[in-house]
Amino acid sequence: MEALLDPTSEQSLVERERLARPSTLEGLTVGLLDISKPRGDVFLDRIEERLVGIGANVKRYIKPTFTKPAPVDLRHQIATECQVVIEALAD
Amino acid sequence: MTGNLDTTRAPILPDGVVIIVKEECETCQTIAPVLQQLDAATELTVYTQDNASFPSTPAAVHDADLAVSWHHDIETVPTVIVIQNGIEVERTVGWMRSEWERLTGIDGLGEGLPVMRPGCGSMSVDPDLVDVLRVRFGASNLTARRIEVADAEDVMEMMFNRGWTDGLPVVPPTEQRVMAMLAGTRRTGSETVATVPPDLVDISVEKVAIASVMAGCKPEYLPWVLTAVEAACTDDFNMHGLLATTMPVGPVIVCSGPGTRSIGMNSGGNALGQGNRANLTIGRALQLVIRNFGGGRPGEVDRAAHGSPAKISFCFAEADDTSPYGRLAGELGIDDGADALTLFAGEGPHCLVDQLSRTPESLARSLALKLQTVSHPKLIMMFDTILVMGPEHARVFADAGWDREQIVAGISEHLNRSGSELVRGADGITEGLPEAFGDAESLPKFRPGGLMLAYAGGGAGLFSQIIGGWVNGDKGSKPVTRAVAY
Repeated sequence: MEALLDPTSEQSLVERERLARPSTLEGLTVGLLDISKPRGDVFLDRIEERLVGIGANVKRYIKPTFTKPAPVDLRHQIATECQVVIEALAD
Repeated sequence: MTGNLDTTRAPILPDGVVIIVKEECETCQTIAPVLQQLDAATELTVYTQDNASFPSTPAAVHDADLAVSWHHDIETVPTVIVIQNGIEVERTVGWMRSEWERLTGIDGLGEGLPVMRPGCGSMSVDPDLVDVLRVRFGASNLTARRIEVADAEDVMEMMFNRGWTDGLPVVPPTEQRVMAMLAGTRRTGSETVATVPPDLVDISVEKVAIASVMAGCKPEYLPWVLTAVEAACTDDFNMHGLLATTMPVGPVIVCSGPGTRSIGMNSGGNALGQGNRANLTIGRALQLVIRNFGGGRPGEVDRAAHGSPAKISFCFAEADDTSPYGRLAGELGIDDGADALTLFAGEGPHCLVDQLSRTPESLARSLALKLQTVSHPKLIMMFDTILVMGPEHARVFADAGWDREQIVAGISEHLNRSGSELVRGADGITEGLPEAFGDAESLPKFRPGGLMLAYAGGGAGLFSQIIGGWVNGDKGSKPVTRAVAY
């Protein structure tokens, strides 16, 4: 029997349960993160309009560059200031 | 047998004269009578490596597992060692009468024998055995999880099934191979090399060695792989971004220095192509680190729209020893003579064919025309480029006395264009610069330092290769140059 050495990082994933989805966005704060791609702001302006229209508060954030993950301070700020995150990827 | 239970500890040799022999060695057979002479005159212990009954007298101890030979660094047989109070005080290798007499204090040894005879290679340094012996006797401190492969399981298929490959077969990373790989660096296996994106986990030298084995590297390539991993996992290089982008870019590794020749890298014909083990496997090892350890896999964090064959491995050496304009690492701050590599976020190469230009002015214009097309002829300043010239194009500039700076300046002169040519809509093409640039009189194609030169390629062929880059600078990726850490 042969044994191989594991080439992976041998990390075990930690799964965390998501919070229950809110039944309404009214009165909740939604963070919108602009990843700094051209014309992303046009798209997010329209989303903000729609969210405000249904009674949500909106906070806007910008990543320094779309090519790198959001800095930890920014992630922390969003997590503490918002109740709802919309996760999406666009290109 | 030596009866040593802990195989990582050296068996203690008995006091007196110790001689290690093997029957296969002609010199050992020649000196067999000397062993009898010594046995009669002094405290002698003979260890034999191959045949337990050689020599017939005196009776030898069979070093069947080669523990004595391995731990006492026997490289040649016969080796004579003098032991006092359990400690080696002197040794000699091969047969030289005067030395044997001096060490043993006994005169008149081996009368009738030649004065000297060189010895033979010890079995403990036999290339076919040494990797097994290293695992058997080395204090294996490898910490990676062991994954057992069933006898009935095809190990190659098993590695494909686990997602450990880039689509091509990989070499099974056995303990034996990984320990042999680690002999290629002075760094210890447990040392941390870098934090690998996208999963951002610290990687050890040992895990880089595992990837290097899988990629097909020889141990002497390991320092280059380690240095490439360090360079890739920097904020400047931004490997995470390279994975996540939809553009077809990967880490291009440009190596230079005398070490490239020592390990047999190719900087000549087909340098950017297939056929050279060092070029191909160093680049591949880095990508396997990113894939298997970092978790950067196509369809997951790697979002490339098309990708590129260059993302399997794109690594080559510069012919810096014959370059008329130095080397890329020199341009980026590395001292002459040091082994170094530069990581560049680049696409596969594009060829410029110009077989007629014989003046630097003509060739500079020709190169500029092609360089305009990097990413898009109407997009500027965002993408750096490495221009790889071989002997035939480089000679056109060298014969005219142009150095590196003059070549870059001479080409760049023909890369400037007015804003009106580049704005969106110009030439009936929607892609281009924002309207605000429309009034600019002259705009360069590359940011300062964005056009870099490398020198590689075969002796025949009036071609140059253009390696277009990805988003540059703080927003994307900067070329990262490192001296190779051995």
